[in-house]
Amino acid sequence: MSTLPLLKVNDVSKFYGSRIGCRNVSFDLYAGEVLAIVGESGSGKTTLLSCLSTRLMPTSGIVEYHMRDGQYRDLARMGEAERRFLMRTDWGFVHQNPADGLRMTVSAGANVGERLMAVGDRHYGNIRATASDWLQRVEIGVDRIDDQPRAFSGGMRQRLQIARNLVTSPRLVFMDEPTGGLDVSVQARLLDLVRGLVHDLGLAAIIVTHDLAVARLLSHRMMVMKDGAVIEQGLTDRVLDDPREPYTQLLVSSILQV
Amino acid sequence: MATPLVVSEVAKSFTMHLRDGVRRPVVANVSFSVKAGECVVLGGPSGVGKSSILKMLYGNYGVDEGQILMDHDGKLVNLATAEPRTVLEVRRTTLGYVSQFLRVVPRVSSLDIVAEPLQARGMPLEEARTHAAELLSKLNLPRELWGLPPATFSGGEQQRVNIARGFITDHKILLLDEPTASLDAKNRAVVVELIAAKKAKGTALIGIFHDEEVRDAVADRILDVSAFSPRKAAA
Repeated sequence: MSTLPLLKVNDVSKFYGSRIGCRNVSFDLYAGEVLAIVGESGSGKTTLLSCLSTRLMPTSGIVEYHMRDGQYRDLARMGEAERRFLMRTDWGFVHQNPADGLRMTVSAGANVGERLMAVGDRHYGNIRATASDWLQRVEIGVDRIDDQPRAFSGGMRQRLQIARNLVTSPRLVFMDEPTGGLDVSVQARLLDLVRGLVHDLGLAAIIVTHDLAVARLLSHRMMVMKDGAVIEQGLTDRVLDDPREPYTQLLVSSILQV
Repeated sequence: MATPLVVSEVAKSFTMHLRDGVRRPVVANVSFSVKAGECVVLGGPSGVGKSSILKMLYGNYGVDEGQILMDHDGKLVNLATAEPRTVLEVRRTTLGYVSQFLRVVPRVSSLDIVAEPLQARGMPLEEARTHAAELLSKLNLPRELWGLPPATFSGGEQQRVNIARGFITDHKILLLDEPTASLDAKNRAVVVELIAAKKAKGTALIGIFHDEEVRDAVADRILDVSAFSPRKAAA
């Protein structure tokens, strides 16, 4: 069990003018841990995810990342170029809408290969071989390698986005509603795939979702957000089986049983 | 350590905020210990808090007061206050649980569901599958079901997958929540055998068994959970 956290989040708040995005969020995330952030629309989940992943600058608070060289770096103090490099290599970001994370007008293979080139791979044959290996891992036929994601279904696009993010062996992946907008059968396949990959690669992940079943299946730990604040957190099955806060109890009791 | 589990003065209540904050006490002053190689059966009528105690021991119910001490790799861990990642680590190597119902993961075969706890401890997949196959055949699960996800299985078939998953590791502490509830006599006997084998290996077992025959066959001691009833304590 690694003893140093991969990500240290200390008292992060984000205000949009006088409106609260998220406030006073603190936690540590360790290698191999999957954290789910749940809550209804407008609870601040996505704002928090954006602050953690440097897509937004927090109004106050510090987010530190444990770099591969063993040093902690304050993400807000990193240069733009360095931050971009981190995002393209050591991190992944899976958007709810695959079109936000893919380049829709280049081939599937190039979508995956592009990130390999960002880490310095220049050999066309190697890149193509790795790309086709990853397409298989996310269950996309290798015969589709030269097709553009425009020609893919929603579920395939999402799987392609995941391959594109994982190809550089990132240590931390952010996911914003990765199964939102997909049919349930497609969702199940994607969830199973993500679950297997996270397990096999030992990834740390932060997953924003409003779907408690997704949180149950994928995450080890859970944070429940309401009005920008974390109101309850803990082991995922503890939060879901024994919710303490009124709002968490409401969320859990609102799940429809099938 | 010959006593891998010590429970000391544990209390638990639920506050139901959706019912005007009604506070429902579940158990209070729960104190007991389980020795290596011992099987303690939680007894008492339905609703007295047997399952709640198991869930607190596994960490999926929080604990209001008291300590749950486990011997985890030679270190003492208080599960009542442990960090989530410590709880997960304890579950991976020390603490096993056979729940009443299987939580089915879409698309994962029965064989892999059973093999997973071994894989999580670093065993190569093929070797873990061999162990899983052994256990599933011992539990008489038809071989043609091994490759299928258990979502469509009968209650008894699912329960056997669940039992195999719980018994496959050599966890020092094993929690059993009615593992024989939907099994026929033949498979109940297999479970009794598996429990006896665990005891011989020095596993500490805590279980709930409504079937008297099974209970009499496995229990070294029956712990009457109604003694921990908070209503009784208040009276």
